[in-house]
Amino acid sequence: MNFTLKVWRQRDAKSQGHFETYKVENISEGTSFLEMMDILNEQLASEQIDPVAFDKGCKEKHSGPVSFNHDCREGICGACSLYINGRAHGPESGVTTCQLYMRKFKDGSTITIEPWRSRGFPVIKDLVVDRGAYDKILQAGGYVSVNTGGVPDANAIPVPKKNADESMDAAACVGCGACAATCKNGSAMLFVAARVSSLALLPQGKVEGARRAKAMVAKMDELGFGACTNTRACEMECPKHISVSHIARLNREFLCAKFKD
Amino acid sequence: MRNWKQININHNMTELVSKIPEGPIEQKWTNHKAAIKVVSPANKRKMEIIVIGTGLGGASAAASLGELGYNVKVFCISDSPRRAHSIAAQGGINAAKNYQNDNDSIYRLFYDTIKGGDYRSREANVYRLAEVSNNIIDQCVAQGVPFARDYGGLLDNRSFGGAQVSRTFYARGQTGQQLLLGAYAALNRQVAKGSVKSYPRHEMLDLVLINGEAKGIIARNLTNGKIERFGAHAVVIASGGYGNTYFLSTNAMNSNGSAAWQCYKKGAFFANPCFAQIHPTCIPIHGDQQSKLTLMSESLRNDGRIWVPKKIEDAKKLQEGKIKGSDIPDEDRDFYLERRYPAFGNLVPRDVASRAAKERCDAGFGVNNTGKAVFLDFKYAFERLGREVVDARYGNLFDMYKEITDVDPHEEPMMIYPAIHYTMGGLWVDYNLMTTIPGLYAIGEANFSDHGGNRLGASALMQGLADGYFILPYTIGDYLASRFKEPKTDINAPEFEAAQKAVEEKIAKLMSIKGKRTPDSIHKELGHIMWEYVGMARNEKGLKKAIELIQALREEFWSNVYVAGEKEVFNQELEKALRVADFLEIGELMARDALNRSESCGGHFREEMQTEEGETLRDDKNFMYVSAWEYDKDNEPKLHKEPLKFEFAHVATRNYKD
Repeated sequence: MNFTLKVWRQRDAKSQGHFETYKVENISEGTSFLEMMDILNEQLASEQIDPVAFDKGCKEKHSGPVSFNHDCREGICGACSLYINGRAHGPESGVTTCQLYMRKFKDGSTITIEPWRSRGFPVIKDLVVDRGAYDKILQAGGYVSVNTGGVPDANAIPVPKKNADESMDAAACVGCGACAATCKNGSAMLFVAARVSSLALLPQGKVEGARRAKAMVAKMDELGFGACTNTRACEMECPKHISVSHIARLNREFLCAKFKD
Repeated sequence: MRNWKQININHNMTELVSKIPEGPIEQKWTNHKAAIKVVSPANKRKMEIIVIGTGLGGASAAASLGELGYNVKVFCISDSPRRAHSIAAQGGINAAKNYQNDNDSIYRLFYDTIKGGDYRSREANVYRLAEVSNNIIDQCVAQGVPFARDYGGLLDNRSFGGAQVSRTFYARGQTGQQLLLGAYAALNRQVAKGSVKSYPRHEMLDLVLINGEAKGIIARNLTNGKIERFGAHAVVIASGGYGNTYFLSTNAMNSNGSAAWQCYKKGAFFANPCFAQIHPTCIPIHGDQQSKLTLMSESLRNDGRIWVPKKIEDAKKLQEGKIKGSDIPDEDRDFYLERRYPAFGNLVPRDVASRAAKERCDAGFGVNNTGKAVFLDFKYAFERLGREVVDARYGNLFDMYKEITDVDPHEEPMMIYPAIHYTMGGLWVDYNLMTTIPGLYAIGEANFSDHGGNRLGASALMQGLADGYFILPYTIGDYLASRFKEPKTDINAPEFEAAQKAVEEKIAKLMSIKGKRTPDSIHKELGHIMWEYVGMARNEKGLKKAIELIQALREEFWSNVYVAGEKEVFNQELEKALRVADFLEIGELMARDALNRSESCGGHFREEMQTEEGETLRDDKNFMYVSAWEYDKDNEPKLHKEPLKFEFAHVATRNYKD
């Protein structure tokens, strides 16, 4: 398969970015999207090694390999973060970019690749953004306050299966940032809700539930993420199908906490 | 009374002192804890510890040390601690809870692990691991890890390879993720409190020694390319394994052996480098453009049956794509694991299952176009349990398989083939998890001590968390107790100056070569050499050839690599080049170790040493030792041996047949 790629290039956080166009050829159907990016990068490196041998007709031919975030390549680490043809993690539902395969694209088509666009995620280089804000939100209260040791036997805390399963549904969040990148308001509500809801469903997390909800929401606001407007775009683009019902639970936790103040 | 000067002398004599406590095995850890020193809270506040890596080992250690009151600096190469590769572990974590009433016990977990490791791990460490396994489950539940539960609200278990009891705790197919999020949450809590400072996107490029003791690191800030210095009273390496030496593996793309390797080059011994685990249930290689291999959880072997055709002509037709697996009737299927190992069947340990798959494929019975795949079939589970029950157990794995291969496991059997997954070898550590360099510790996959020649499934998570939550926080106190009067390490000391200079020169050299080959292309070539000669089956001739080929490739790298971009910016090509430079050295040591160990044990299979039935043939008389390699800048590495004594586990030939 052959593709034309329009890729966002940006030297660093302060520089002005722009699109560049590249061609990749002889891509097999079973190749993953990120492997296709690897092939592009080998090609771009080769162009620098031997600039004369290549002429792909692009504006800035010799700008070198494209930087992009990636690591586990099996959809669980949450590192990959591409906006593909205007959608977070591309056209498929319920997968991260690394789980996207080229057989899902039309041979000969043009693919536009951008970084996450959100005030909370400044660009570091090309397609790489800084998602440190998500760490900071979790540091504000996304934990159960127990030290190592001195805890009861695991089976001393029974949890109804239904709650454990729902807690697990929320805990499946990989922290990739697709929710905030997709939201027209740049809201991180689905991310915050996933953590708050996952812990609120368990007896272990109930004790400090009120404090947690307030602290995490306050931190999210402080870091420049917008408010939720209920468009459910986040749910649509979440690679782990995290449901907006968790946002409802977050709202309930938050309001109850505020009323108690 | 412990005398640190004595230990330093021992170190200079390069004598391996494992410091295994005296006494019966079930008393060793208890007695040791009572004997080692502790640091008072007021003094903990004055002390600094560096932790490299934020997987299960690093995150749990950093959090626990922070809780104790130490000042911790924790480093990871990803943009967030949560992305460490522990996150990808699927199946579960072992513990000897005996919640299933199937006669499990600490002793049984200990014995299974020793036997699974083919009697090449250290008995006292393994017993301790089994002993603290139960605390881990308690800890994780208290943190809010959503383990699978039964309708009564209590925890559920599943079975894993190498065990005849059901002791594996799990959170769907995402156990590693959930355990890591637990440890990461504990870490976040300490970051918020100020006891831990987190340095994401920082890569350790050298270890700094002052008077022979680990006192700090040189790191590259991956966001801006700046070289930075960090000092401490002790350094903990929790940077995982070196499986990516093979290029294609189930490790994450950025997983690397470089942090541990810098320690080796600064004098820490590297133990059992040839012990690499090959996982039997990975998705087969599809072509040249592939960047990594995807693991399918071992838990699938609970209910899936592994087979190839009985008739070679059926295999040929499968290879040519003329028929599908489902076209072959039951009577023409060879369930080779059930046939060869009736007692354990599809749940034999990983090394045994991998070799058996290779044996069938080498004999021509492979089932895909490359001839390098076997079937893992859920047809029988669907018939026995119903689709709903099976999907509840493995649904997400089926989805993942379908996404990658475009084949639905409900209709056609899955195809699997072995792939590099984990490295049992690592930095040599004593019972305190300290390396041969005073003040330098290694935990989790980065050390060597618990898994011997082969790791059992669901034991990596157990070991990472055991080391980080329950072992290192105690043992490191013993070292630090005598040093609380020492001032904070001065990062302007000449040792830091020299280490930074060396790092900068290495980077400048890499950037200046401007040759014709990308780091990836050389890495790929190394991977081919490793898989061919230092892979699932090894022999003397091949290993000697591998050493020559790797040396030549290393020369090629240092004379003809091309590193794109600049050094003082975000530059993933430079990151890769630095790691590949180390893989080119690690690979050679692995081959050297495999050459020295002319016996077969666990995942290390020397073709010269096998039984008539093709099983591993250990040589306990000559090789019942840990090989610990000492770096020598100008000569070949020097081999030291730590003899292994089994006082409590009965040493026998591994038998999974009856």
